[in-house]
Amino acid sequence: MSHNNTNKPFSIKDCALVAIATGNKAQNLRELHTSIQTIDPGSIYYHFWGGLLRPRFDDPEYNNDFAAWARHGLHDFVLAERLSVIDPTDFKDTESLRQELLEIIEDRLDELHLIPWSKIDQQFYFIRSQIVVFDISHELKDPRELSIILPNLSVGSVFYHFIDARRRTPNNLNDFCAWLSGFGDKYKILCKELCAVDPYFITLTELRQQLALIFSRYFKGNKR
Amino acid sequence: MTELLKSYEKITGKDVIDQLRQLSNHLKGMKVVHVNSTRIGGGVAEILTKLIPLQRELGIDSSWEVITGKQDFYQCTKRFHNALQGARVDMPESLLKEYEETNSKTAEKLRPVLEDADMVFIHDPQPAPLMNLCKDRKGKWIWRCHIDISHPYRQVWRYLKSFIEGYDASIFSTAGFARKLPHPQYIIPPSIDPLSEKNMEIPEDEIKKVYERFGIDPKRPTLLQVSRYDRFKDPVGVISAYKLAKTKTPSLQLVLAGGGASDDPEGEITYNEVVEAAANDRDIHVLLLPPDAHRTINALQRAADIVLQKSTKEGFGLVVTEAMWKGKPVIGGNTGGIRLQVINHHTGFLVSTPEGAALRIRYLLHHPEKIIDMGKKAREFVRDNFLITRTLREHLTLMVALIHENEDRIEFG
Repeated sequence: MSHNNTNKPFSIKDCALVAIATGNKAQNLRELHTSIQTIDPGSIYYHFWGGLLRPRFDDPEYNNDFAAWARHGLHDFVLAERLSVIDPTDFKDTESLRQELLEIIEDRLDELHLIPWSKIDQQFYFIRSQIVVFDISHELKDPRELSIILPNLSVGSVFYHFIDARRRTPNNLNDFCAWLSGFGDKYKILCKELCAVDPYFITLTELRQQLALIFSRYFKGNKR
Repeated sequence: MTELLKSYEKITGKDVIDQLRQLSNHLKGMKVVHVNSTRIGGGVAEILTKLIPLQRELGIDSSWEVITGKQDFYQCTKRFHNALQGARVDMPESLLKEYEETNSKTAEKLRPVLEDADMVFIHDPQPAPLMNLCKDRKGKWIWRCHIDISHPYRQVWRYLKSFIEGYDASIFSTAGFARKLPHPQYIIPPSIDPLSEKNMEIPEDEIKKVYERFGIDPKRPTLLQVSRYDRFKDPVGVISAYKLAKTKTPSLQLVLAGGGASDDPEGEITYNEVVEAAANDRDIHVLLLPPDAHRTINALQRAADIVLQKSTKEGFGLVVTEAMWKGKPVIGGNTGGIRLQVINHHTGFLVSTPEGAALRIRYLLHHPEKIIDMGKKAREFVRDNFLITRTLREHLTLMVALIHENEDRIEFG
């Protein structure tokens, strides 16, 4: 995030995703395993994070598409539970996340006598996405301004600055922390609070509320 | 902001409309042409009727052209439609000749507009050959397929594919509907227009009058299924479910509302089966409605307690979206696009048998608070995901993406 550093104002951006079918699909667990080995990393990213910006129920049973398919497509409850606890924020990049997925599936394949299959109309379709990022011509100079605009920020902006940022910043930071760290130690406590937010098990609307609350509490308590 | 966008803002919220405006800043003045086969009737025309004025309000020079032909052209495209959904149909040479000639004549007429456009959206198979007939085209061409072509009759698909392969991109409603093609295949689920006659708010009085007209008692619990009389919509299964539930709730009523399907001999057979299954029960109302009975359907959906869509095979099932938008829980068949909308135990229930449907009907009738809770969740789910503003946003995103040659990430500013 080179444009939001100490010397430059924080530029608010928004983003929109559009989904693209990769043409790859799986009808059983072995096929899923084979496809995951070679599928575009963008597809793995999409199946973990894309749900936040596409038609999905706000309170999903499983937080990634692989776990949901294991449960509803393959009816393998054990695998669904194991896949559902994968938190992509624990992995430094998509390749290590891919390895984790493969290992969990391999372990499950070793345990089973029969490979689980889905019905023909419940196959797993690998999808990737394109992201369009646009500037909304709103720049902030003072971190205090974030506490004012955060409650009304679009969910696309929240996704871009808090989730997508982890793919762009050198230390997998969100954009807010990346910018605040440019002020030296002044906002260390605020950054610590922001980094502690787990975005994976909440919706973007809830994430927006949490972030707004952290900023508002911080600046109310620190009238500077 | 213009009136139309303002009226959507009241429903979707300001951030949604702001985002559309920001995205469209990168498309201002662009010439976009949509081509389909009818201006009135059918889901595609319904979408375009609103999508185009909205695109124009956002500063995009969007227009709509229609391909028309003789009876043989429609005969041919009707057969395409059935074949793409898996039916093994005969395709006489004479019909294919008429299809290609109609497209050639249309190309003669529309060539200047189409070749000059920055983006051309061709809807469904009817105008698909137009692209190859516009040799000096300068823009991007996108084939928008509204049909489930996951298991087509291969002979027909092979023929149509030759017209489609050269497009810059295609759009399907779900990943499962797509076929492999040598260009990006975008996934854009369909949506409803909350301001259309079918979905707009209507006065209580009007709803009451519709019930009076059909002799339905507004004081008793009512189940509703709106669908063509088609075997895959399982209207006879709905009657079985109703009968099972009625043993515990004798005041229960069932309304089956659907179109005439005069061009569909199978539809007539199914309708007769429904009438026979409903015989001797005055609480089953089998309604044959004209294709433009949008407000009547709107009223029926608003008045019902529970909506069913017990299909055994379904494309997307926008009728489910419509009912959910009216705050109704839906008991839907566990198939196709119904699964994307009916979130089991949250916005309704997914079922596989009449017995399963009866169980869920009984559960909801005994827990009226659940009907309200699920209905609220259903409406919000549609607001976030299945309104025309979302389709518009994805169209704009796709257009920006295509201009930038399919990069995974397009960043402005």
